[in-house]
Amino acid sequence: MSPRGPEVATDRPLVIANVSRRQFLQGVSAAGGFVLAAGFSSVATAADPPKYGRDGMPNGWRDDPLVFVSIGEDGIVSIVCHRSEMGQGVRTGMPMIVADELEADWKRVRVVQATGDEKRFGNQDTDGSRSTRHFFDPMRRCGAAARTMLEAAAAAKWGVPVSEVEAKNHEVIHAKSGRRAGYGSLAKAAATQTVPARETVKLKDPSKFRYIGKGNLKLVDGPNIATGKAQYGIDTRLPDMVYAVVARPPVYGGKMTSYDAAETLKVPGVLKVVEIEPSPEPAQFNPLGGVAVVAKNTWAAIQGRRALKVVWDDGANASYDSAAFRAQMEESARKPGKVVRDNGNVDTALAGAAKRLSAEYYIPHLAHAPMEPPAATVRIVNGKAEAWACVQSPQAARDLVAKRLGISADDVTVNVTLLGGGFGRKSKPDFVIEAAVISKAMDGKPVKVTWTREDDLMHTYFHTVSVEHLEAGLDAQGKPVAWMHRSVAPTIFSTFVAGAKNEAALELGMGVINVPFAIPNVRIENPEAEAHTRIGWFRSVSNIPHAFAVQSFVAELAAAAGRDQKDYLLEVIGPARRVSPEALGDTWNHGESPEQYPVDTGRLRRVVETVAREAGWGRKLPKGRGLGIAAHYSFVSYIATVVEVAVDDQGVVTVPRIDVAVDCGATVNPERVRAQMQGATVMGLAVATLGEMSFKNGRAEQQNFDTYQVTRMSGAPRDIRVHVLPGDYAKPMGGVGEPGVPPVPPALCNAIFAATGKRIRSLPIRDQLKA
Amino acid sequence: MTSVTVNGRRYDVDLPDDTPLLWALRDELGLTGTKFGCGMALCGACTVHVDGQPVRACVTPISAVGTSKVTTVEGVGADRVGRAVQAAWVDLGVPQCGYCQAGQIMSATALLKRNRKPTDADIDEAMSGNICRCGTYVRVRQAIKQAALGASR
Repeated sequence: MSPRGPEVATDRPLVIANVSRRQFLQGVSAAGGFVLAAGFSSVATAADPPKYGRDGMPNGWRDDPLVFVSIGEDGIVSIVCHRSEMGQGVRTGMPMIVADELEADWKRVRVVQATGDEKRFGNQDTDGSRSTRHFFDPMRRCGAAARTMLEAAAAAKWGVPVSEVEAKNHEVIHAKSGRRAGYGSLAKAAATQTVPARETVKLKDPSKFRYIGKGNLKLVDGPNIATGKAQYGIDTRLPDMVYAVVARPPVYGGKMTSYDAAETLKVPGVLKVVEIEPSPEPAQFNPLGGVAVVAKNTWAAIQGRRALKVVWDDGANASYDSAAFRAQMEESARKPGKVVRDNGNVDTALAGAAKRLSAEYYIPHLAHAPMEPPAATVRIVNGKAEAWACVQSPQAARDLVAKRLGISADDVTVNVTLLGGGFGRKSKPDFVIEAAVISKAMDGKPVKVTWTREDDLMHTYFHTVSVEHLEAGLDAQGKPVAWMHRSVAPTIFSTFVAGAKNEAALELGMGVINVPFAIPNVRIENPEAEAHTRIGWFRSVSNIPHAFAVQSFVAELAAAAGRDQKDYLLEVIGPARRVSPEALGDTWNHGESPEQYPVDTGRLRRVVETVAREAGWGRKLPKGRGLGIAAHYSFVSYIATVVEVAVDDQGVVTVPRIDVAVDCGATVNPERVRAQMQGATVMGLAVATLGEMSFKNGRAEQQNFDTYQVTRMSGAPRDIRVHVLPGDYAKPMGGVGEPGVPPVPPALCNAIFAATGKRIRSLPIRDQLKA
Repeated sequence: MTSVTVNGRRYDVDLPDDTPLLWALRDELGLTGTKFGCGMALCGACTVHVDGQPVRACVTPISAVGTSKVTTVEGVGADRVGRAVQAAWVDLGVPQCGYCQAGQIMSATALLKRNRKPTDADIDEAMSGNICRCGTYVRVRQAIKQAALGASR
């Protein structure tokens, strides 16, 4: 069985990924049949200030066609995808951008997955809904530059001016003479052409796009997935490989005191137990430590771990109880906290208001629960480590494996497999480091570490837990004149910096500080909250609690004012205008330039109006049914969602239909944009209706899908309609992977209010409506 | 030594009798298309067919398989219905991450083999044991209906 990642198997001598440039150049002369291998344009790295967007990411971006594109003499075009595929369709979308500019025929394109090597490929950290918006331009230039080189090669061959030839659908054509040459026949000569300077590369006019924006291509990995051939992190098989599972401290910050492996070693197939040293808090990306059981197969390892007797020292979080902690957070939310934004005078406005309202919203910890739990394989040969892993951030995995093994990152290769779901969990390479540590203890033997579902749920980097306290004052006409929001939630930074207790700019910038409402008096506060478990980012992150609170509260104000929820939401958003994030106190702005990416209330209005129209807002519904709406700006995209809910006499909630309007700017693959919105909607429903990770005695109480429930077929809407607004390729793009999630819980709860008059302020809904 | 017949081929496996079929397939036979998701028959990722019936391989000991015929996602395309299901999955772009889709395809194929024209309620019942965390359910449903048409042609 091949130890390779998910790259498309090819017997052609042209795969340029996984080899250094020098090897690549040597490989050309050796293999003969290569390609685009001559000039080497200057490597584009992040420019000096301003460092926003792709420029602000570690290792920036690259647009070198020699790194990303290769063409064989057989005409097969190989395009490197340097971002991780976790279901967002990036292995189809990224190469599609290159192929379109290259005028390549998609049927003759192969996708090659990059190893973790940011110096070579630019930033590979696949999170933050960033891949397309950060790499659309560099990938276009890659394809266009390669196309230019093919045209130059053809013109030289025919002795005609380059202006007379044109690349079209995998061949270069000289219209005057009727001559044509396929890409394969030109590959070698194109390789001797100089890579054109970046400024001179001529991009296609978007009206000429064949793939970009069309949604007309099938998924690159579709056939392999449907036939069981697709390779995920958990599927790696190497000669002499052994299998491990790890007993980890059940409480965050705990450590192993002693263990007895006598029974473990009697389990047939068990080979060895290996201690993994604990990581002091904050754990960062380090393994939690514990005892690994190594065996001849996964089942034997699991059985061996079951027989292991470990005494744990639970440490400082031994008494973490999420119910008690909720009460503590509520207390904090009712007292003043750190003021992070202050416009006008909220206290005076509240005192003078005709009507005052206050509400608190709660969302518990959540676990990502990707269907593929974390899994990684590492082997160490002659001091060099090689990993196969389902990682969102292969460079981080590479650097940290190197650090832990005490070797240079140059001596670590991280092969990126397909990810069976990521959702932020697989940004953290702790599981890869575990495999490296165990491999080292096994004299470098290939070791596959598999996390069981119990491991995944008990030891993930949990979505934070939050209490959001809001107060508002309405004038005599019901218009809001004051808005006060206190957000209380342990910060992600607690996992990286000891004692961090306040939300960081990136958390505040996820829909609490940067609400662009037309309200004169606004104060946002952030009381402290201490973390008692390992907090991490979960698809759409702090936007989930913030959008739930803000969009529920706006609906509550509408009800108090006796107004239609959608009309009132539009009024609160106010007229179309471009608001500087800085004016809202948001210094983060999803990492993007405040000039290029202001908060555009016109776009927010437009998605609200679109989804309302498409969903038939105001239509008559039978008893027990209701419509709810919510809109949220995140990852520099604008989304509005309408949920239609049905609540029966027993209080059972079903969702027959959801409409989503998305303005993410121009799209590369609108078909996948729709898929992401459909999926995000279902995940949002899981958050709203079922999701909760609770803690008792420091331990997560849910350990598998019987108690940590997620949405299934029977609970999913049968009808999800996604309305993708048109965009302009000349304008900055927005994110897609995450922003579909946050509007769903408030839209659902607003719909429930419309259907029943009952207001849900604490998630999950579970059986709160049951009689 | 236990014998199992998978996708028409007989294998001898030297594993304890209580070893779940899932781990025999994945670790011993190298058939990694069948996925691990929960180990407790809660998520359906490991669904295979045993004599045509959908079974969760993670809780099926190899000793219980006996002389029955096991079909996995790697082999289900040999069947007309299985092939139609796989084709519909590709055509409609059902997968996102794709990890659960082997189980979805095996459950869908089993459903269509016993019920050529499933209703929405039939689909809910047959498919609710298969979790998709990416939330592809709308397209799974659509693909089952498309495959039903394709398989009956």
